[in-house]
Amino acid sequence: MFSEPLAWLIIALPVAAFVLNGTAVRAFLGPQSLVAGWITIAAVAGSFVLSIFALESVASDGATIHQQHDWIDVVGLHLTFGILLDQLTAIMFVVVSGVSLLVQIYSQQYMHGDRSYTRYYSFMALFTAAMLGLVSSRNVIQLFVYWELVGISSYLLIGFWMERPSAAAAAKKAFLMTRFGDFGFLLAILYIFSVNPEYLDIPALYEAVGAGAIAASVATWIALGLFMGAIGKSAQFPLHSWLPDAMEGPTSVSALIHSATMVTAGVFLVARFFPLFEASNVMDLVALIGAFTAVFAASMGLVANDIKRVLAYSTISQLGYMVMALGIGAYAPALFHLFTHAFFKAGLFLGAGSVHHASGTFNMRFMGGLRKDMKWTYWTMVIGSLSLAGLFPLSGFWSKDEILATAFERESGVGWVVLIAGLVAAFMTAFYMFRAIYMTFHGEYRGGAEVEAEMARNANLPEPVGLGHTHRHESPWMMVAPLIVLATLAVVAGFLVNPLFDVGPINKHAFATFVTERNESVFSVDQHGDVPAGAEESHLPDAVHAGAEPEFNIPVAAVSSVMAAGGILLAYAMYITGAVSPVAMGRRLSAIYSVLLGKYYFDELYEDRIVVRGFYNRLARSLAWFDTAWIDNVNVQLAKLTANVGRGLANVQNGQAQAYAAVMAIGFVVVLFAFLVWGS
Amino acid sequence: MFTGLLTATVFLPAAAALVISLVLKDKRAVRWSSIAAATVTLALSIIVFVAYDRDQGGVQFVDQISGWIPIDALRAQYLLGVDGLSAPLVLLTGILGMAAAFASWRIEHRVKEYFFWLLLLESAVMGVFLSLDLLLFFVFFEFELIPMYMLISIWGTGRPKYSAVKFVLFTLFGGAFMLVAILALFLSSSVDTLAMVSIPEAGIVGIPELIAGAELIAPAALIFSFFLIAFAVKLPIWPLHNWLPDAHTDAPTAVSVMLAGVLLKMAGYGLLRINVGFFQETDGFTIHDAAGVLAAIAAVSVIYGAIVTIRQTDLKRLIAYSSVSHMGFVMLGVAAVGGTASELSQGGLNGAALQMFTHGTITGLAFLMVGLTYERTHSRYIPHLGGLAKKMPLIAIFFIIAGFGSLGLPALSGFVAEITVFLGTFPVWPWATGVAAFGVVLAAGYTLWMVQRTFFGAGPQPGGMSADTYERLTDANWVDMVAVVALTVPIFLVGIWPSVITDTFKLGIEAAIR
Repeated sequence: MFSEPLAWLIIALPVAAFVLNGTAVRAFLGPQSLVAGWITIAAVAGSFVLSIFALESVASDGATIHQQHDWIDVVGLHLTFGILLDQLTAIMFVVVSGVSLLVQIYSQQYMHGDRSYTRYYSFMALFTAAMLGLVSSRNVIQLFVYWELVGISSYLLIGFWMERPSAAAAAKKAFLMTRFGDFGFLLAILYIFSVNPEYLDIPALYEAVGAGAIAASVATWIALGLFMGAIGKSAQFPLHSWLPDAMEGPTSVSALIHSATMVTAGVFLVARFFPLFEASNVMDLVALIGAFTAVFAASMGLVANDIKRVLAYSTISQLGYMVMALGIGAYAPALFHLFTHAFFKAGLFLGAGSVHHASGTFNMRFMGGLRKDMKWTYWTMVIGSLSLAGLFPLSGFWSKDEILATAFERESGVGWVVLIAGLVAAFMTAFYMFRAIYMTFHGEYRGGAEVEAEMARNANLPEPVGLGHTHRHESPWMMVAPLIVLATLAVVAGFLVNPLFDVGPINKHAFATFVTERNESVFSVDQHGDVPAGAEESHLPDAVHAGAEPEFNIPVAAVSSVMAAGGILLAYAMYITGAVSPVAMGRRLSAIYSVLLGKYYFDELYEDRIVVRGFYNRLARSLAWFDTAWIDNVNVQLAKLTANVGRGLANVQNGQAQAYAAVMAIGFVVVLFAFLVWGS
Repeated sequence: MFTGLLTATVFLPAAAALVISLVLKDKRAVRWSSIAAATVTLALSIIVFVAYDRDQGGVQFVDQISGWIPIDALRAQYLLGVDGLSAPLVLLTGILGMAAAFASWRIEHRVKEYFFWLLLLESAVMGVFLSLDLLLFFVFFEFELIPMYMLISIWGTGRPKYSAVKFVLFTLFGGAFMLVAILALFLSSSVDTLAMVSIPEAGIVGIPELIAGAELIAPAALIFSFFLIAFAVKLPIWPLHNWLPDAHTDAPTAVSVMLAGVLLKMAGYGLLRINVGFFQETDGFTIHDAAGVLAAIAAVSVIYGAIVTIRQTDLKRLIAYSSVSHMGFVMLGVAAVGGTASELSQGGLNGAALQMFTHGTITGLAFLMVGLTYERTHSRYIPHLGGLAKKMPLIAIFFIIAGFGSLGLPALSGFVAEITVFLGTFPVWPWATGVAAFGVVLAAGYTLWMVQRTFFGAGPQPGGMSADTYERLTDANWVDMVAVVALTVPIFLVGIWPSVITDTFKLGIEAAIR
């Protein structure tokens, strides 16, 4: 069994790298010390090896709930933390530490010579540690702690080049929009606590759901709050607009954000509380939000010219895929898609970074023809794109197909919506990915950063930020090697971990069986551990459809393959043969084109209309005015009034005997008069 | 009983102030011996905090002189004692006292007087937290005004006289209500003591025990409200908060640190010790009846404060308004006292206490960092700043840590306090807590926007300092860093390991709520 100290070590290693790099290395070896990179790589490598062991242990012995430790213990408020190492955790451990390791290795070259190399590796270690902690949390509050730490590390990394105003703004936007979602998460936590403080312990919550102790209405409110958090973190509609801006950070950071950490946290959250979601009434909402996002985001990817932006929309869209899968109860397929997506999306982002290394820009209009100069990057990106587009037999095909097949089997209204959305998104995905591939690698080279800068100068525009040098050749092997590993995984991971039939030692649907495993020994308890009441009988409730992974559905697979192939063909026709003219098409559909290019104007709506005009210029301004003009002014006037009254009264005692005598005389006359009138 | 430890803790700064001002001449000597005095006071406060026996609980290290004012009818005692509620606040005062002394080492103007008042201020605050006699408490509570008035009006910037007078008037206004409330208790024949707690070991039966069900000369609701007004002004709570931004903005750095760090906590402490402690079982009215109103006012304070904060353009004013918002969390936690069972209430009350401690360190750090920034940039006007992180990375890092603390980032103490308040109060007042919890989103907004405009970007904004000045900006040196680190350590420590403080606070809360 995987012991508790080892589990903590998985998180502690990158934490140690963060602290060491942030303090000693920065102080004694300087801001550009190469040692920082090696420390983080070594730490994450250690976590990765331990994660493999953890996975192996869970596979052979089942899940483990490690003991709770006290964090705060006062009367009426007892908060604990601990490690929950189940199938979900084990998978996430491996994905997070594995992808992170490859990104760290890649970054050695990619970030080489950066002014703040040490800081980069410090934050990357923190980011990885926070995500590893998030996936292994036993307590909801503990999970929330890591959740916020993931948020802040992404803030620090997106804004890594903080002297760029756009990076600083993007970092703030990312944190604020996700924090808005976190507000829902926080309310859900408060509500869980008020229902029963014990339920903050996730195994106890599972048990209560399994025993039917949580009413559907209660589960609905909790799930709604949690889902709000997931919408923010996983950039689902309507809190999606931070993610495309988040690529202001280094590309290697984007690779991590978009694949294994940060955005997958939202999907993970729904998966973690899946039994609760199933017991609630929000599943359809989850499915519809996911389905809508899948298509909505993909549509913006159709017209984006920045290669990272294309990938960003694709991430949002694919996250929508996972969310809609969860919404229709396809727990295993959703996780399977998260698993495969992590590899090809990380590979694609790292490939985009490699392209930037050569062309100095991310703007695809200034690329072209790069396939001759960088064969490895080209082929790994093609493989990643094919996988993302979901073409047989790459990994993306298998995971996408499971989601669509499940939707098909549902035979419900929501199921049809999900199926159609999935197919439409598949078409769009294939199109925009190959549009990107063709614009980047095919055709004639269009000059890269130099031409882009020159055009901006000619048009009297400020030089676009983030331009680098142009040197058209393949990136160093330290950058290419991770691309090859990820591309290989993008090819084989899908079928190998979740095949249609028994392949050697791997059983049919091994991945799906593993993540939904619900045998009697699911939760073996640490020898020192306290068993949550009744954990022996119930464990994870059966509400998760154990063994419900759909059979391979040839019609669905055929239709989705046709959609994907159609998308690729359309891109080919538009950008290679020119049979369909993109310009003419843009002109004919100019209204749609500008809406898509304007990102449906959500940035304007949120940032300009709501935040600046509505909130800052109206509400906050009137309150600030009220604060000075009324509250403060009333105080000041009261003080003045007091002073004036005092001054007035002081005049009475002016020390002049004549005045006193006069007042006395008047008073005497008044009293006398009164006596005469009303007296006797 | 007389142990002397607490008397030493309270009067050491004052005694040092006196000796230093009489004996020393040289500025340097005054400066460093004052810093030394504050450091020794910190050591004493650490001793008090560590030596407090958690297993035994109750009031410890009692210093009692019954007839220190030889008028029997006055019933006033010299009574000092520490319990779970005050021990962490004494520690906080020690930490901030030392940080404030270190943060003052660049003061050149009337150095001797400055440190005299600063040390006197520390004594007054210690006195408030350690006095267990209501009259003595009141004396210390009011005495603190004198050094504050001097410090703001002489060493302040902007409109120091105006702000100092405003500060004094507001506090005196509240103090007058408190005095009337104390008199009402004093004149009630059933309450024949001014002891604020019962101390069985010293044979003292305190007001909380005697007041239960007793007949008072004024309605309990009235006495309660008068205490409440005094503390609400000081906390401060909307709409009595307007003295705070002015006082903070115009006070010198170290005084802002003390003001935000510990002076506001005197009010929170008073709320817990007196409003919660006394009015549990009073006749006709208990604090439970007022808890709903407190929760509503707290929610308004949190949200109103946060929204007004967003509009601020002066760094100090921004942090001052954020204090209004954050002290609303203290009030919110106190409102949890309205719970139907005492177990239900204690979470929120503990949260309130914890929020006082964490706000003290976090906002203290924030003001310290504003001070260090201002010393270099000579501007606190946010639209003129920018790009400072490049030139002064250390100041930026710790400023940002303070910012993260105030927006409730986990692993820093602000989060622990806020989540404790929310969890503790939500079951009692779900709507007020839910509304107030939105304050954390707003806090992220104003903090990150401020950080972005001040520290990020390529350089200062147009209208700000010249490129030349910008190039010559220097980072903090080691003397500055002593104070910075002294405040940062507790932020991380409590954030990661909150029991170090809550295990003490909870003893005081349990005793207060019985």
